[in-house]
Amino acid sequence: MKTFVQKFNATFGADMGGPVIAFVSVMLIFGLAADNFLSLATFGSVAFQLPELGLLTLAMLLPLLTGGINLSITFTANLAGLAAAWVLQAHGGADAPVSAFLLACLAALATGAAAGALTGVAIAYTRAHPILVTLSMMIFLRGLGEFLTRGGDVSGFPAYVAPLGHGSLFGLPIPLLIFVFCVAAWHVLLTRSKLGFGLLMIGSNMEAADYSGLNTRKIVVLVYTLSGVMCAVAGIIMLARFNSVRVGHGESYLLITVLAAFLGGVNPFGGFGRVLPVFVALVVLQLLSSGLNLMGANQHLATALWGVLMIVVMTARTLASNYRIFMRKKA
Amino acid sequence: MTVSHPLLSLKNIKVTFGGVRALKGVSFEVNPGEVHCLAGENGCGKSTLIKVITGVYTPEDGAEFLFDGKPIAAMTPTLAQSLGIQVIWQDLALFGEMSVAENIGFQLAVKGKYGLIDKSAIDAAAKKALARLGIELDIHMPLKELAIAQRQIVAIARALVGEARLVFMDEPTASLTQSETDYLIEIVRNLQASGVAVVFVSHRLAEVLEISDRITVLRDGALVGVYPVEGMTQSRVTELMTGRNFDSAVIAADHDDAPVVLSVKNLTRHGEFSNVSFDLRRGETLGITGLLGAGRTELALTLFGMRQPHSGEILLAGEKVRFGSNRDAIRAGVAYLSEDRLSLGLNQPQSIADNLVMASLDRILSGGLISSSRKANVVAHWISELGVKIGTPDDPIRTLSGGNQQRVAIAKWLAIGPRILILDAPTVGVDVGARAGIFDIVRKLAAEGLSIILISDEPPEVYFNADRVIHMVEGRFQAVYDPRQTSLTELESAVYA
Repeated sequence: MKTFVQKFNATFGADMGGPVIAFVSVMLIFGLAADNFLSLATFGSVAFQLPELGLLTLAMLLPLLTGGINLSITFTANLAGLAAAWVLQAHGGADAPVSAFLLACLAALATGAAAGALTGVAIAYTRAHPILVTLSMMIFLRGLGEFLTRGGDVSGFPAYVAPLGHGSLFGLPIPLLIFVFCVAAWHVLLTRSKLGFGLLMIGSNMEAADYSGLNTRKIVVLVYTLSGVMCAVAGIIMLARFNSVRVGHGESYLLITVLAAFLGGVNPFGGFGRVLPVFVALVVLQLLSSGLNLMGANQHLATALWGVLMIVVMTARTLASNYRIFMRKKA
Repeated sequence: MTVSHPLLSLKNIKVTFGGVRALKGVSFEVNPGEVHCLAGENGCGKSTLIKVITGVYTPEDGAEFLFDGKPIAAMTPTLAQSLGIQVIWQDLALFGEMSVAENIGFQLAVKGKYGLIDKSAIDAAAKKALARLGIELDIHMPLKELAIAQRQIVAIARALVGEARLVFMDEPTASLTQSETDYLIEIVRNLQASGVAVVFVSHRLAEVLEISDRITVLRDGALVGVYPVEGMTQSRVTELMTGRNFDSAVIAADHDDAPVVLSVKNLTRHGEFSNVSFDLRRGETLGITGLLGAGRTELALTLFGMRQPHSGEILLAGEKVRFGSNRDAIRAGVAYLSEDRLSLGLNQPQSIADNLVMASLDRILSGGLISSSRKANVVAHWISELGVKIGTPDDPIRTLSGGNQQRVAIAKWLAIGPRILILDAPTVGVDVGARAGIFDIVRKLAAEGLSIILISDEPPEVYFNADRVIHMVEGRFQAVYDPRQTSLTELESAVYA
């Protein structure tokens, strides 16, 4: 048993244990409780629902790792979606050519990046707490979006946009492919790039990073800019899935993204965390909700169980680390 | 002053931390109403001894502990407090936002009626304690508005509230000016007159000799001896404290033929230092010493580009430079080892490997990305080069001892390939035994041609490890000493004058 744990930790990292145990438990429990759980339909529904929450979680992840947070992710995604929607409408709405859609995507990414950069500059140069800055940004973006849309939907997009939200490529859902691509990008960013190294360092001690010559301001600005870009990707997927943009879409995901990150072993104070355990944690959350759905349980109960899962995982982690300290003392 | 039995008497005190003997069977005695000095270098076991006396640490079996002639079976912090044993630590442990009265009387605060705080009782106690010291102070003033010397008085007054009989003062004069120190000595005399025994923990010898009746000297966790102050000289105490045999040679040498690497001309930052000028040659070690607040660290941070000078010039190899940030300085080959290893020098929660490469990421890139094999090579190279004792490079650096952490911190800067290495108090929090190892590294680096600025508030460190020693006072270069032509005592008396 012990050697298995050591091998597992050496291969996947110690932070992978919790999410994997949760994954196995969820599969076992629902596999036994609902006969139709282990079916293609379940995984199809998970695969299509996962990307929205997943992309927003990636957007939340980088700020969390720096010891900050980005509360404006959902509205940044909405505004980026709006930017894309307007570009499409300006080019003929449902009849817009593919080139217009590419332009629309660029507009969305630019909007997300701009919102993120603005947030990052405010945090880096005022040294105000990210909660304050991003909360202000969230309220600003919501207000701006509602003002611009008068609280309604913007819809009517070309038919070729829909597959981005619903279609499949080689039997795999396109939104899932996009999400997996983004997970891979974030993984490389965090494990191999200077920016990833720097953001983890400032997450555990910004001043020490500064004394070692890391450009902490630049890192903070880039982190929030990339967070904004990832929001824009989520915004484009949401536009395609709902075939409309509405300010407030996905609003309930905001704190779930934080939950998913912590479930994936991200240190709440910053400095430590990896993408892959967070990815597994996201899958677990989505399986939990789909499983309950299959068993005919109320959707709101799923949300409640997410909270319970988090508490169980936290307790288990504390017990596990106490056990480890106990064993070390004995040895 | 002689009484039938001492106020405090300890015999055969042994304390071990994880295999390291911090105290090796120490005896210690204080008489009632005595001013006693507990002397020794950093890391000699002074603080550990105080913590045994106040019940923070429990000595090993075989210890004998008498207070007021009565044996104490198991000392606890609460018991120490009720016996009237008080400690004023160097950091004072005061509350900046609270008033003078609240700081002095905060132990009483929990004792109010109905669980409420009795403000008037606190005020009265604070006034009484200050009156006993013969001090007048506005007791409603927030503590943060007081000067350091006044805060020290607040800390002493707080000790008196608990009906103190034995007060330990840990390096009480470290951050005081001469006149403030005189003032403190006056207060200690008042305390002594009112029957309180005071143990002064200090390595500033002049004042120790002025104020104490007896001196207990510790070295490396062992008792060297107890001596009456009459007939003691500063150099004799230094010798006892360090155990340094006098053939311990200075390493100072001439470097006049070597090229000038760094040239500083009339460098000034208002309120920190002014008109600082010096040349640093290849392979030379320049020592800078002086009291806390002399502007040493501020000067270092300016050379490192983290602060910008208001006037004056910095020339590297003859070329004028202007650093916008420490990144410019690092690119130019200037490295700075911070005096504060815990919060600035190293990123304590992160791994040994990440700390080591933090300043030299550009050197381990491959195709724009961090190459894990290059990183591992760099880490392995420096770990072995500097003899750092580690488990694995992925362990958090906070799991290492002070000496090993400092080696990694030095390695972090060597990894950038520096021309100039500024070491700011490199032995703070490093065991006495490990200090020699750090200085061996420093000497080796200088011999290899690195130019070093060695900053320390311990004159012996710069005296024995630098080619020249600059004495800094209130932001100015007071004098330059050549260790070959100056005795350590001369340097020390200049610094502590």
